[in-house]
Amino acid sequence: MSSPAEPRLGRPPLVLLVPGAVAALLLVVPMVTLVVDTPWGQFVDQLTSEAVGEALWLTALASMLTVVLCLLLGTPLAWLLARVAFPGRSILRAAVLVPLVLPPVVAGVALVTALGRTGAVGRPLDAMFGLTIPYTTTAVVIAHTFVSMPFYVLSVEGALRSAGEEFDAVAATLGADRWTTFRRVTLPLALPGVIAGAALAWARSLGEFGATITFAGNYEGTTRTMPSLIYTLLQSDPQLARTVSMVLLVLSVAVLALLRNRWLTRP
Amino acid sequence: MSVLEIALSVPGRVTAAAVAEPGQVVAVIGPNGAGKSSLLRAVAGLVAAEGELRVDGRSWSGLAVRERSVGMAFQDQLLFPHLTALDNVAFGLRTAGAPRDRARRAAQEWLDRFGVGDLARRKPRQLSGGQAQRVSIARALATGPHVLLLDEPFSGLDVGIAATLRVELARHLASYDGVTLLVTHDAIDALTLADVVWVLDEGRLVQVGPPREVAAQPLTRHVARLVGLNVLADGDRLLSFSPSAVTVSPAEPAGSARHRWPGTVTSLAPHGDAVRLLVSGKHELLADVTPAAVADLALAPGQRVWLSVKETAVRSYPAAPGPPGPQGRDR
Repeated sequence: MSSPAEPRLGRPPLVLLVPGAVAALLLVVPMVTLVVDTPWGQFVDQLTSEAVGEALWLTALASMLTVVLCLLLGTPLAWLLARVAFPGRSILRAAVLVPLVLPPVVAGVALVTALGRTGAVGRPLDAMFGLTIPYTTTAVVIAHTFVSMPFYVLSVEGALRSAGEEFDAVAATLGADRWTTFRRVTLPLALPGVIAGAALAWARSLGEFGATITFAGNYEGTTRTMPSLIYTLLQSDPQLARTVSMVLLVLSVAVLALLRNRWLTRP
Repeated sequence: MSVLEIALSVPGRVTAAAVAEPGQVVAVIGPNGAGKSSLLRAVAGLVAAEGELRVDGRSWSGLAVRERSVGMAFQDQLLFPHLTALDNVAFGLRTAGAPRDRARRAAQEWLDRFGVGDLARRKPRQLSGGQAQRVSIARALATGPHVLLLDEPFSGLDVGIAATLRVELARHLASYDGVTLLVTHDAIDALTLADVVWVLDEGRLVQVGPPREVAAQPLTRHVARLVGLNVLADGDRLLSFSPSAVTVSPAEPAGSARHRWPGTVTSLAPHGDAVRLLVSGKHELLADVTPAAVADLALAPGQRVWLSVKETAVRSYPAAPGPPGPQGRDR
């Protein structure tokens, strides 16, 4: 451990070294033990079981649909927040970001009050169209989108702001309307933020548990995603729970590597 | 062919009324904060303005930016960083409805005309400042706008590159029949490129005239400094004279010179073959002396001297129109 600055500036003081080392251990040790405790011998066999297959498929489906919804709905919202001065914009921006810090189980309860069978939106949906959302795969996707969208909007809005409104002005002097400008100038310039936002939303969706189990339940084949499966298995089959956890760990690390290599290093 | 009639006010920034004829190149000059860029942006529709703006008799006042026939080039070029030079120039043609191939062919011709045809495939970050500014002016001209707005297109470029680009631009503007508004900080731009100069000062249009006239009889201290003249108020008239016409002497000069002032040397700087003195007293004046005279008179900052000018070297002209005289402004 000899960085070039060390001899001149002195050794790191213990008062910083010790707590820093504790923090590092706290973060690293559980992941190492998970890797060590994973029953690698039966790893592939366990993953091919029907329960795991269904949960994997459902998680993949929900997270992909979440990303698609973020792209289709979150991008326009981020654009409105970044480019259009409307009354209440700053309040809306703050409100949109609340789910970032909201405990997921509270998000689930909130979704029930809105979209539950007797909720403000859920009741008319049920009455008019016979649609019930709770405890369906749709509910899983909605819960995932609810918790993931703020990450996406935050990332894309930041990218839109740093891409600069000046280029929109240039496009306008060249005769482009706002939709053309959005497609041909604004969105391409904000693309790194869009991709980073999509990856963040995907990662958030992958691990989503609290809002989903509250709003969508834990039904095998329709709403039991990977995290819900792990929760269920912990009581019956801790070995399998570790294997499934290991899969999520690998996926998460893959997302992080993707982000670091491609987009997080670019401003 | 386009006539540009302006009677615009951007609240708190600039108020100006003027007319530019087809094919004219108008240099818009004035100190920082005079409202030059605001005037250009108001013509483009990028800032809200009150009043009237007509091009060929048609009112532009209610039109959105994209509905105005303008081409704009900016000091920092603002080329779309994700598009090649070719696609930057083709952008306006595409939005006007040209199919991709035709827009690209036309864009290539524009790049060729500006001598950057071989850089068509490059992204803006692979272009030098001078190359990027050529692409940006080509992009502004490619749509055939009625009004071309150039916002300090040579600022930030190397002196040599700016000089070359100035000559090229003069050639292109000669064959352009729309109105060009060129914001500039440089007297050379105004003198070499412009047919008319609009002088802005503190948000008002204070002088309009051919470049030679404005350079010879500047009404603002800013322009006087740009063209390197001394300008003094003398009642309701202004006196202008060249720094090289000023005689510097250690004591009050005997003789007939009516114009003489005591003062203190505040700075000396090389100016061509001469040394330019800045002398402050009742007025702040420039005087050019030979290096030999600097040695003979032992001139140094803080030295008390007398300045005098022969009557024949002084040009006298009315200070009106435009209330702001040169004294005590732009200091």
